[in-house]
Amino acid sequence: MPADIIQTSASTSSKSADALIEIDGVGKTFTGQDGENIIALEDTDLKIGRGEFLSIVGPSGCGKSTLLNLVAGLLETTRGEIRIDGEQVNGPYTDLGFAFQSDLLLDWRTVLRNVLLQCDMRGMDSKQHTGRARKLLKSVGLEGFEDKRPFELSGGMRQRVALCRALLLDPPMLLMDEPFGALDALTREQMQSDLLDMWQETQKTVLFITHSISEAVYLSDRIVVMSARPGKVREIIDVDIDRPRDLSVRDSAEFGAIVHRVRLLFQEMGVIH
Amino acid sequence: MAEKEAKKLSLWSANARGWHVDAFWMFLSLVIVLVLWEALVAVFGFPAHLLPRPLAVVYSVIDHWGTIVENAGDTTVAVMLGYVLAVVFAVPIAILIVISPQVERLLYPPLVATQSIPKIALAPLFIVWFGFGLETKVAVTFLICFFPIVVDTIVGLRSIDPSLIQLARSMGAPSSRVFLKLRLPGALPSMFGGLKVASALAVVGALTGEYIASDSGLGYILLSASGEMNTALLFGVLIVLSVLAMIFFYAIELLEKLLIPWHVSQRSHAQ
Repeated sequence: MPADIIQTSASTSSKSADALIEIDGVGKTFTGQDGENIIALEDTDLKIGRGEFLSIVGPSGCGKSTLLNLVAGLLETTRGEIRIDGEQVNGPYTDLGFAFQSDLLLDWRTVLRNVLLQCDMRGMDSKQHTGRARKLLKSVGLEGFEDKRPFELSGGMRQRVALCRALLLDPPMLLMDEPFGALDALTREQMQSDLLDMWQETQKTVLFITHSISEAVYLSDRIVVMSARPGKVREIIDVDIDRPRDLSVRDSAEFGAIVHRVRLLFQEMGVIH
Repeated sequence: MAEKEAKKLSLWSANARGWHVDAFWMFLSLVIVLVLWEALVAVFGFPAHLLPRPLAVVYSVIDHWGTIVENAGDTTVAVMLGYVLAVVFAVPIAILIVISPQVERLLYPPLVATQSIPKIALAPLFIVWFGFGLETKVAVTFLICFFPIVVDTIVGLRSIDPSLIQLARSMGAPSSRVFLKLRLPGALPSMFGGLKVASALAVVGALTGEYIASDSGLGYILLSASGEMNTALLFGVLIVLSVLAMIFFYAIELLEKLLIPWHVSQRSHAQ
């Protein structure tokens, strides 16, 4: 295996020089129902550059989702602090788009109204954003579906609507918690390449959680590998594969090498035998 | 636009076809019951005070039509009042219980306790409190309808996906907005479950009230017909009663169709 392609970096990637998100010595401890303390996240330092696509992979219970919620300000850190744009996160940080594994579309709203939920939840006038909502839906191939109900759509289409909802107000960053985890393999590949196109065009900062190693390699600039119990950054791996990438990248030697590297880490941690 | 109209039309005809088919099967089962009933009486020669012939029941209803209509009105008033009162009290209480853990701890145990007492056992108390007549009927109806509505509303309000709340908070939504725009509409399907169960129970409640503390209503007519061994009238009133209960139930179901056409349970005809 060509060792020069794969290098483990400290938090000094070229992009992190201009960091949008700074995670500084962050720990999170939950108190369980029996009063027992559960350390979800320990001593985490991470800088995410402006416009960077960063994936987090790790076994279940490694605190990936906790980290995402801490960045969004939905949870309070037990130790350390998180800064976005230089300012400490204190309470919900709303200048972002969130996407989950479940599309969370509301059955009682049409597709268009689901995208506009973004406005309704913020108490904004949704009429002003109807045009952009339609344009976004068109861009993901859902023109003509605006007045349909979510149950009339396939899983992939539903997740596209959820993505439009996240993008409606053009936030500078996207937090994605296994957004494609529930999709079938083919739909998943399509969604990945659509997401890459969108990212390439808009240069948003993306924090992406996944269980799929190849998904992480295909999409990311860097991959954060986390270990479980307590959740900790195990290693940060640069993905030096040229952009723009298309699906054929997956067959390249360098792609395979990085996938292999991540898998080895999981084997070392005893996640895969 | 034209496409939309066409969709509406096809939906409508699908519904209409469903309705005709339903009506046909209902009619068929009615005919079978009547034929069996008539045959049973004819073959075994039951005396009229045990099992009157279907036709005798029809005649009896016609003979007593005025009385039946008048008393059916009384029963309906009791059912409606008790039911509406139950909804008016149960839904806000369920909301309070979901919003505040303190209220839950305060209200839930006594609520469950009153539920563990059979409603009929409370009836004598209601006679002391409310006297003979409408108030007691309404009280029994209210009490019997109350619990299923509270419980199903609570279940509905609690069954919101935690990720959805997370999403709403990441959009900066205050909890009042989360409640009104996400929790409440999401709770409607479960709430209607409770409302439908309660609609059937409401008739039971009113009848119970009439058995013990009334000189009007279909329950009272049933009792007096039984005392007079007027079995034909008994059967007649039972049939009228079941028709009333069915109308009430289907009215709630219609309301459900109108309010939550998007829910899984309402889609069968559309797809």
